[in-house]
Amino acid sequence: MALNLFEEKGCPLDRQRFTWKELVQTPISKLDDDAFTRVRIILMNGIEMEALRFSHSCARMNQALQLPLAQLRRVEQHQATMVNGLLGADHSTLETTIGYEQVAIEVTAVVAQNEPDEYLAQVYRFGMLEDFDHLYRYSALLDRLEGKDANNITQCYTDIVPGRPTGVEHRAPQDDLREHYDRSRAAPISKMNALTILSGEQQTHNFYMNVGPLYADPVARQLYAEIASIEEQHVTQYESIIDPNETWMEKWLLHEANEVYNYYGCVQQESNSRVKAIWERCLDYELGHLNVVMDLFKQYERRDPAEILPQTLPEPIHYESQREFVRRVLSQEVDLRALGKQFVDKSREGPESQEYRAHMNSGGSPTQTVAAGYQWSPGTELARGTEYTGDMEATRDSKSARNTEFIR
Amino acid sequence: MEKSTALGTNRTGIDMSPVDVKKMLALTNVTPPSSNGDERAIAEMRSRHIADASVIGSVPPPGSLKGVASTAMQKLTGKNPEAFIDKLGCRLAFERAGVRLYDALIVKASSIPGAPSEIPLDTLRKFRNEELRHFRLLEGAIRSIGADPTTQTPSADVDGMASLGLMQVLTDPRTSLSHCLEAILIAELADNDAWQLLIQLAAKMGMDDMARDFETALQEEDVHLAHIRQWFKESVLDDAAVAA
Repeated sequence: MALNLFEEKGCPLDRQRFTWKELVQTPISKLDDDAFTRVRIILMNGIEMEALRFSHSCARMNQALQLPLAQLRRVEQHQATMVNGLLGADHSTLETTIGYEQVAIEVTAVVAQNEPDEYLAQVYRFGMLEDFDHLYRYSALLDRLEGKDANNITQCYTDIVPGRPTGVEHRAPQDDLREHYDRSRAAPISKMNALTILSGEQQTHNFYMNVGPLYADPVARQLYAEIASIEEQHVTQYESIIDPNETWMEKWLLHEANEVYNYYGCVQQESNSRVKAIWERCLDYELGHLNVVMDLFKQYERRDPAEILPQTLPEPIHYESQREFVRRVLSQEVDLRALGKQFVDKSREGPESQEYRAHMNSGGSPTQTVAAGYQWSPGTELARGTEYTGDMEATRDSKSARNTEFIR
Repeated sequence: MEKSTALGTNRTGIDMSPVDVKKMLALTNVTPPSSNGDERAIAEMRSRHIADASVIGSVPPPGSLKGVASTAMQKLTGKNPEAFIDKLGCRLAFERAGVRLYDALIVKASSIPGAPSEIPLDTLRKFRNEELRHFRLLEGAIRSIGADPTTQTPSADVDGMASLGLMQVLTDPRTSLSHCLEAILIAELADNDAWQLLIQLAAKMGMDDMARDFETALQEEDVHLAHIRQWFKESVLDDAAVAA
């Protein structure tokens, strides 16, 4: 049954309270829970982290809103803590990373299909193929560094093959900006989609920036450095599709509506009953937030929130494998590149991105090095039984040039 | 002892998704890697970084080098006291961390319903306190040669890196007592070997009194290792329902 945003009042803000014990609950089982439970946890943490980031930016620019922003932000902080704490410590950092990339692929693939605006759908497909490649690179590192199979995390829902090679994803900034939707004409789902994917990419960028230096292995540190750079480009891309003419209040309203929208989808599809109860609680709290912000919107903008929000929420994100869609996009669009705000065949790519990339990759490409000759195999590539031979040893004088030819 | 292994819906293997894995493999088999080569590319990158790397850190000069003469330090003349101090500092850090590992093990053993009588908490507490005494023994030993026992030496730092996972296992509420015994066994095996080596090193450095004190610690560590090894073995055999 669809949720009516103007009738559901949710939990009143003054009754939204936590204890420290509630913030740190028993995590999901990495082994037994469904991969999409982890996908939802990672995505919702991203949504909450964006709520915090937006709230702070808004507070810095709007003195009159600082108190209500701080009041809601306190709850968002604790929701984020409760949600992110559902990931168990038996996930290595790389295994969590595999989970992040699965989110980026599966959620962006659904969003690309739900998006009614063809240009925006193209933006999502473009970004999705890049994250698809990141999964392959990180899978190679997980195999070759920790001796683990990435499919233990992705559970056969997501293919592990190269996408648009990360080495060619490095672009000049002017090729990362996109056209934005028109706030007065865009469908509500377009606004939800943009905020959802921006949130996911932003937390991924932050995560890679924080965890990359935790590795001792320079190979891992460089891989995170290279992919974090692309995630930064993705944040640039996705924030640019949001109409900058939206008012601060309009943006706040949309953020709260998007949290409701995403928690509602989680409640509907969660297979772990304990996690589902958390989604229900968060949905109830977010409906409370939405009502607070609708009242503020009326007070400050003298407008009806119905000008911005639909009465009922759009169709939720479906949490299921998007394998066939991803393969179709891969086969048709892997050779697309960005030229300004448009997408073109690689033969028409502009010189700025090519020059930028050539320099960045001139000392070798970590994503190439890590995945040299890598093909995913159930149980890791070692299950194919490669015996150690003397010529597998590195020589001090060897160069990495052989892995850099395609990225020029 | 508790039954620590459960049958359930572990979803990580490919047999849980027989249709999907066929699709995955069909694509993988026709999709070449995006670049040639193999894991030697990683080895080469690591090798270049090793060649360019600096050391992880240093050992500060002991007291005598700063003008503080001691009988003990005189015995080290002509040798490399920094290598000895590094290993003393390493053992000190390991014993200090060992106290915390046993603290966590005691909580686990005392919190599991129907705590196994084969593992008396008093014995665990005794082992914990012996780790603490070993830590203090090493503090005294390091001071006796004019070095600073509060310094974190390079080997102590690296041992700390190596031990991080052990503490994670011991403090995760979901791990079984058997999992924790295995983690402690890893620590005790390494500890036992390290004490033997330290005794040899102390003797060769001319520190006979110190070596004798360390022998006492090693005898206690031998008891720790024997017990932990036995308890772990029993837990595994019990769990598999094949105990004698």
